[in-house]
Amino acid sequence: MTDRYALLFERLRAEGAGAFVPFTVLGDPDPATSLEIVRTLVTAGADALELGLPFSDPVADGPTIQAADVRALAAGTRLRHAWALLHALREEFPALPIGLLVYANLVERHGAPAFYATAAAAGVDSVLVADVPTLEAPPYAAAALAAGVLPVLIATPSCSDATLREIAQLGRGYTYVVTRSGVTGADTGAPALEGALLDRLRAVGAAPALLGFGIAQPDHVRTALALGAAGAISGSAVVQRIERHLDDPSAMLQALAAFVREMKAATLRPR
Amino acid sequence: MQQNGRFGAFGGMYVPQILVPALEQLEQAFLDAQRDAAFQEELAALLRDYAGRPTPLYRCRNLCAATGVKLYLKREDLLHGGAHKTNQVLGQALLARRLGKTRLIAETGAGQHGVATALAGALFGLQTQIYMGAKDVARQQPNVFRMRLMGAEVIPVESGSRSLKDAINEALRDWAQSFPTTHYVLGTVAGPHPYPLMVRELQRVIGREARAQMLVAEGRLPDAVIACVGGGSNAIGIFADFLDDAAVELVGVEAAGHGLDSGLHGATLQAGVPGVLHGARTMLLQDDDGQITESHSIAAGLDYPGVGPEHAALQASGRARYVGITDAQALAAFRALARGEGIIPALETAHALAYALQRAAEERQGTVLLVNLSGRGDKDLQQVMQLELDPSLDPSLDPSLDPSLDPTATGSSHD
Repeated sequence: MTDRYALLFERLRAEGAGAFVPFTVLGDPDPATSLEIVRTLVTAGADALELGLPFSDPVADGPTIQAADVRALAAGTRLRHAWALLHALREEFPALPIGLLVYANLVERHGAPAFYATAAAAGVDSVLVADVPTLEAPPYAAAALAAGVLPVLIATPSCSDATLREIAQLGRGYTYVVTRSGVTGADTGAPALEGALLDRLRAVGAAPALLGFGIAQPDHVRTALALGAAGAISGSAVVQRIERHLDDPSAMLQALAAFVREMKAATLRPR
Repeated sequence: MQQNGRFGAFGGMYVPQILVPALEQLEQAFLDAQRDAAFQEELAALLRDYAGRPTPLYRCRNLCAATGVKLYLKREDLLHGGAHKTNQVLGQALLARRLGKTRLIAETGAGQHGVATALAGALFGLQTQIYMGAKDVARQQPNVFRMRLMGAEVIPVESGSRSLKDAINEALRDWAQSFPTTHYVLGTVAGPHPYPLMVRELQRVIGREARAQMLVAEGRLPDAVIACVGGGSNAIGIFADFLDDAAVELVGVEAAGHGLDSGLHGATLQAGVPGVLHGARTMLLQDDDGQITESHSIAAGLDYPGVGPEHAALQASGRARYVGITDAQALAAFRALARGEGIIPALETAHALAYALQRAAEERQGTVLLVNLSGRGDKDLQQVMQLELDPSLDPSLDPSLDPSLDPTATGSSHD
């Protein structure tokens, strides 16, 4: 399979830049607007996408992304709508790495082989299951790889060396690095960035690190890259801009484009 | 992790990676405490002197008298706090202290687990915050006031279906950030490993006592053990010591709400499909996409679209079976026990009792039924009073719909 992440990281390395990866929930605030939103994010400079399938019980998410899930489901977003959006995005952006963030029950309901096959057919590169920690991950990772989807795992500072080795062995594409405790959110203060975890991940040969949780300002991106991350993922800060402009879609798209441009600019390392 | 937390195909530890260290620490503390005589002694003393164990085993004098069936009630309603919840909360609070935690959080549905956590917080001087669905806050006001009296803060949860499921979500989110200082006192045998194992072991005392008391009272084991199942902690508690007694039938009673065909119920084991929620692989009420659907029950404690994974395994293996009782049937049994024996059960518990009364009408003379009378009904008085004043609040609750549950028809005799 073409590893779009590997190609992206290679290109960015050559440019001396990092990756900026925005996150939104598919179908938020409704499927049609959601497609416009994601298009805007890419056109404004997103290097890759992390997209959530809306779920009724997103326990890893704070209030902002929970509200996005609620809006998407209330607008009638079903999985078939999400797959259709992904198909459209893949056709429009053939080289763009697209990651999916899901909860385990969405995989279980369809059976892992069927779920990952559908994701692959929709053009998804990677799947991260938010409530599957490393020790439950092997069957998910195996089903993903069998379908040609890259399994992404989460690393946290409290992971033991043994767990990090397992993440390196099971994970593909990139490693989602969480540098603070709690759930997703942009208003809980700056992320507690520290480089030790990134050094430990490199030492065990894990896939390149993208930092997530609390990435809301250009400074957070710069710090993440300075510590050696390959890029940063920003979710709640994106979704806040959707929430703020629900009654004015064109203002929403402008605000999102401005945010992505600002965050992307912060990934360009002075050499 | 030292154990995988599996019950057949169910259980496990499906949580965000960030929570894994908290669960590893808890598993270690629990396994250590199981082997620690001083810990077990302190817990036993608290259960005896503070909570009031052992609880009595009472044979009904009036209900079922005409049928010749012997109906025994394990009186967990007499436990301090008003329900079986206190058993395991005292154990978890001791573990929290052992781990040096200074704060307790818990979810609650009917409020009984919140009350138990609040009393433990007061007892051990731990800051206590209780997440409770806003819908449950409204229908369980007396328990909300009890928790506040004992110094706990009750946080209404407005997300999702505003009931127990959403309270668990909020507690898990809190814990993902607070676990260095906070212990999450999960209230049932659901959740990620080690909770289903730990809560079962701390509730096992119910069945251990009941089995011994039954042997004294009848010289034999009961024919069936019956308990209501929301998350399933009182049922696992009374089932655990009977699992190896193959001749003893184990029956879990779920909330059939307005009926299993109505879509308004909490009968996860009968109408659900396997999935992953709140940390475990178990049976769930969900739609074709895998979105969790809302449950319904007159009893807040049974209003949950999931169930403890060990119950899913017991159903799959056939060792236990699970049946449904509607809101109306439960309400009729609630009244029947009050009128027949002078005992007001919790609406949750009334589901188990309603099934026992149905069974009693079908069984031959001398059959021995054991019901876990898991909680008392004080907390439900306001709700039942409102329904009496205005039956139009819920027309499905007309007890005349099921005349078999009229206490006089099941042989209640009053001298």
